[in-house]
Amino acid sequence: MTDRLTLAVVTAGLSEDSTTTRLGEAIAKAASGVVEQAGQHLDIKVISLRDLAHGLTDMMITHVASPAVQDAIDTVLNADGLVAASPTYKASYSGLFKQFFDVIDESALENLPTVIAATGGSPRHSLVLDTAMRPLLSYLKALVLPLGIYAASEDWGHADLQRRIDRVGASLGTMLLAGSPGGASGSFDADAARPGLRREVKDEFSNVPDFASLLASVGS
Amino acid sequence: MDVFATGQHHNPPFVAPANPPILMAHVAAQTKNIQLSTATTLITTTDPVRIAEDYSYVQHLADGRVDLTMGRGNTGPVYPWFGKDIRQGIPLAVENYQLLYRLWHEENVDFSGRFRTPLQGFTATPRPLDDVAPFVWHGSIRSPEIPEQAAFYGDGFFHNNIFWNKEHTERMVDFYRQRYEYYGHGSYDQAIVGLGGQVFIRKNSQDAKREFRPYFDNAPVYGHGPSMEDFTSQTPLTVGSPQEVIERTLSFRDYAGDYQRQLFLMDHAGLPLKTVLEQLDLLGEEVFPVLRKEFDALRPAHVPEAPTHESLVARHKAGKDPIPGGDPDSQAAKDRAKQAEAAQRDHENSK
Repeated sequence: MTDRLTLAVVTAGLSEDSTTTRLGEAIAKAASGVVEQAGQHLDIKVISLRDLAHGLTDMMITHVASPAVQDAIDTVLNADGLVAASPTYKASYSGLFKQFFDVIDESALENLPTVIAATGGSPRHSLVLDTAMRPLLSYLKALVLPLGIYAASEDWGHADLQRRIDRVGASLGTMLLAGSPGGASGSFDADAARPGLRREVKDEFSNVPDFASLLASVGS
Repeated sequence: MDVFATGQHHNPPFVAPANPPILMAHVAAQTKNIQLSTATTLITTTDPVRIAEDYSYVQHLADGRVDLTMGRGNTGPVYPWFGKDIRQGIPLAVENYQLLYRLWHEENVDFSGRFRTPLQGFTATPRPLDDVAPFVWHGSIRSPEIPEQAAFYGDGFFHNNIFWNKEHTERMVDFYRQRYEYYGHGSYDQAIVGLGGQVFIRKNSQDAKREFRPYFDNAPVYGHGPSMEDFTSQTPLTVGSPQEVIERTLSFRDYAGDYQRQLFLMDHAGLPLKTVLEQLDLLGEEVFPVLRKEFDALRPAHVPEAPTHESLVARHKAGKDPIPGGDPDSQAAKDRAKQAEAAQRDHENSK
């Protein structure tokens, strides 16, 4: 059977032709190649945080999500995989990047296969992946892949960058297939693995404890 | 105007009393008809014994014109200030209200719990007026445990309905109504629902927008955030003419059903006292008479009005007080009996 998989690309790139967005999209495209080779389809949904900057700030202040911000949150919530890409600012991800993950529910990324990617002006910041992005996404319980990509300005002039992108894309694509009902080349029963691998999107009203059990847990 | 509700706060910029019955008693002494309520009473950090005593007292002073709304609070540090842990917010609300309920309904209470010192043979005084406790609403913006609690006791549910989109309010109210019916206190549409709202009114819509905008833009809660237009479309805030306020408020019924109480946030955002008083006049003269008439005309006969002391006394005398968890005919009681039977069978089988 075929199943449509969805990959969300969250990019905090700011300029019109942003290398951060370009990097995120390139990883998605590489993953998509792997998924399609297995006879499945990958929908790529790019979330540009630049367009949501005002909405995210408003939400910080009021807790009310604008329709565009809610759409973005829902897209990530329902995705099968995530590429999270940020420019490096002052030795870390940008404030805008953090803002998006600040307004997302604690459990929204649980077990979500995730690739981290960052860009920067100098190769000396390459540890931003492991000192800033990985801890944040690990806190959110995302399944952060061991391979990530840091691309400095000079990397855009080397074919090596594409090789790294392809390598990361391949590992993400394989993860996505492993979690999909179609299975990864039948090497194991993906359907059986699915409940563990794929997150369940939680409905907060579906599991409200019966009041008697709430009462039983306190004094009377 | 039917109801005045005060908040309970322990920190600036709020000037609401730390113990609402002080203000309620003062207002009661100067009025004859208006119902006095809270929005909200902090059930998490206030000793339920003091709530039982103080609200019973003011219920006597006000000749029964008192009810209250339970809330968990909007300010994190209030918990540690009163020796509590915010992560225990729900268990605190559950245990404290259960104790409060017992203090109002039982003369001699033995209690031992997680959050306060035990009681042995304790009698809360004064006893509630006519042996009927003040009506209780339970307020929550987003925790489904609270409408569950309200439904369990057959109490009212209040959604503040101001800082959230209507889809969310709708789900909370729908959940409460389902559970109210499940616990057998009445049908889905007979559950007791209250909503908040937020308005700024001038005769002319453009005047309202022009005058309110600087207050909106600098308000402590949502200032320096979304535009007034965005906030108006995303939440129930209405800034406009009396007719616009009437239409918007009537539309709450589309997602909350026929409901029993509508409160409005009036004194906020740094509005001058004179302006607030003008707003109250506009509400009382232009908005409420129409709303009352329209809501009454739309409400079917079997849907009750908001409880009053008189209606609660009548209910009490008729022996129809709600039983927490539901009377034996309720679906909840039937499910419990079934579960107990199954547990008994398992027990027999394991012998």
